[in-house]
Amino acid sequence: MIEIVSAERCIGCDRCVDICPTDVFDRGSGGVPVIARQADCQTCFLCEAWCPVDALFVAPERDPLPERLDEADVGGTLGSYREAIGWGHGRTPGARIAVGPPLRHEPGDRPGPPLV
Amino acid sequence: MTGRVRRSARRPVAVPARVDVLVLGGGPAGTWAALAAAAEGASVALVDKGWCGTSGAAAAGGNNLWFVPPEGEARERAIETRTREGGFLTDPRRMAAAVARTWDAVHELAAAGYPFPDDEHRPGERYLGSLQGPEYMRLQRRRVRRAGVVVVDQSPATELLGDDDGAVVGAAGVHRQHGNAPWSIGAGAVVVATGGCAFLSGALGCNVDTGDGALMAAEVGAELSGMEFSNQYGTAPAFGAETKGLMYQFATYSRADGTELDIGGMGRPALQRAMVEGPVYARLDRAEPELHQKMRWSQPNFFLPFDKMGVDPFRERFGVRAVLEGTVRGTGGIAVPGEGCATTVPGLFAAGDAASREDITGGITGGGSHNGAWAISSGSWAGTAAARHRPRAAGRATPAGRAGLRPVGRPRGRYDDVVAAVQSRVLPLELNRFRTGASLRESLAVLDPLWEQVVDGLAPADRPGTHSRQAAAMVAHARWMYSAALARPESRAMHLRGDHPDTDPAQTHRLRVRGLDDIAVIADRPREAVIAS
Repeated sequence: MIEIVSAERCIGCDRCVDICPTDVFDRGSGGVPVIARQADCQTCFLCEAWCPVDALFVAPERDPLPERLDEADVGGTLGSYREAIGWGHGRTPGARIAVGPPLRHEPGDRPGPPLV
Repeated sequence: MTGRVRRSARRPVAVPARVDVLVLGGGPAGTWAALAAAAEGASVALVDKGWCGTSGAAAAGGNNLWFVPPEGEARERAIETRTREGGFLTDPRRMAAAVARTWDAVHELAAAGYPFPDDEHRPGERYLGSLQGPEYMRLQRRRVRRAGVVVVDQSPATELLGDDDGAVVGAAGVHRQHGNAPWSIGAGAVVVATGGCAFLSGALGCNVDTGDGALMAAEVGAELSGMEFSNQYGTAPAFGAETKGLMYQFATYSRADGTELDIGGMGRPALQRAMVEGPVYARLDRAEPELHQKMRWSQPNFFLPFDKMGVDPFRERFGVRAVLEGTVRGTGGIAVPGEGCATTVPGLFAAGDAASREDITGGITGGGSHNGAWAISSGSWAGTAAARHRPRAAGRATPAGRAGLRPVGRPRGRYDDVVAAVQSRVLPLELNRFRTGASLRESLAVLDPLWEQVVDGLAPADRPGTHSRQAAAMVAHARWMYSAALARPESRAMHLRGDHPDTDPAQTHRLRVRGLDDIAVIADRPREAVIAS
């Protein structure tokens, strides 16, 4: 679930508020969006993909973490879904290289069409 | 916060009073419908509960497509295979049309700039058979807006508008990021592309899919079909939400004590039977190391959660669980017997997971591939037909929403409690994946009073209109699916009845469902007769 909106990184563009499919964020009075409805987060990571400055961290757990996460502990992985799908300047779109193993793979088979 | 503040302007949403075609839902089906309608010269509005571009199952995941070249006999063979696997409930004519339309549409995506990968087997060519969700839906949003479609985000539709003759003439809803301000749009035709119903199970990207469109359609008298084929479950890590099943073909499974289970690959339903008996663990140790990087490229969001957890799924065991995907990856939905995916109600069309997919996948899951092809083709057909629909003179428009929207009694329940009660009857494998007549009747005995409760009214929720409607839609879906399941005393495709384990050739027919307060299940004509006619 969404755990962190980094106040240091955020530029206040509200993109995450706009694009969240389950409307988890509210606009914050200080410019930084707030996580207003964490329970509605479906852990789809799409806010990480769309945040232009990697200010968000979605934890892999589908339930809220029992203790508040410290940004310093996960700093290097903020916005890592954006990197994983190759979005952002100077990156190759992940779709361009998405060639996976074949659907019904047996050891020794040659690689087949991509699995997405 | 540092640096420039580029705070976007927060204007009220501009919603047209009237359009030729109104599309509800901004996933693949909705965007293809909007593009097709706009290509006919229609004025089009597309309204989404979430945000067109991230909303729905496809955006969060992706699709391998049912993508078969026209050369040779490949298409005939693909259709034959699916007909058999789907329990002989498909429509070969629509299957052929869907394969053809998908082929063309994917080439349109390539021309529009989708960055398809190189084809390893054909130097210089691109492989066009699969789509990554974020990239696909970002492009679809761009294409829709370029085509002049008015896109209205974060604005769930709550009800259809009907005229005195029973035709659909628009829809209404709320802007959930603007204090739930109401919107209403009159339309010559409406395309429902709101997705299936996954009962807020947390299946990847599916929590927007609460069956709202089918509820709205049923309220104006539309029929549903295939609702018994609604119990598809995905496999996810126990800790997370990624119901992406394909990587599990490389899995071996074991119990907590390390005892290996004799289950091969993706392993359904044997894996699910094992899960009923106790916790199951998986490890992707059947993938040779040289495949690992390709697997990561092909499904980055399968591996991202493991990376963040610090778990190496190729070497370490992790708990797995089954997550209900309902009619999103099941096949039931609004019946679309008419040309261009017309429903049984004039002016109302349905596409994508909101519509029944029995035509192309019968009673088995459409997975990503067939459902992805269906979203493209049904969306395109529905958009074209809706644009060509000639409504009769527009009469008075009456809002058709009832349960969860217009209470008729004293509110006597809370949204959260209703959702939890429905989930307690539909999420467990032992109740829904593995069914018996007795368990189905027991569930309906819980669900029927729940429906009356929702009709009477629910206590005010955080999101007036949206929450209570979602609750109503989920109760309606649970009752439709179990009523249909009870009316199919056999096992066929994904519908498994412990008390009727065999497939009964005399039941090679579809089941249509209609009604909300009183649910009627009607057996269709046997398929051979339908296909021959």
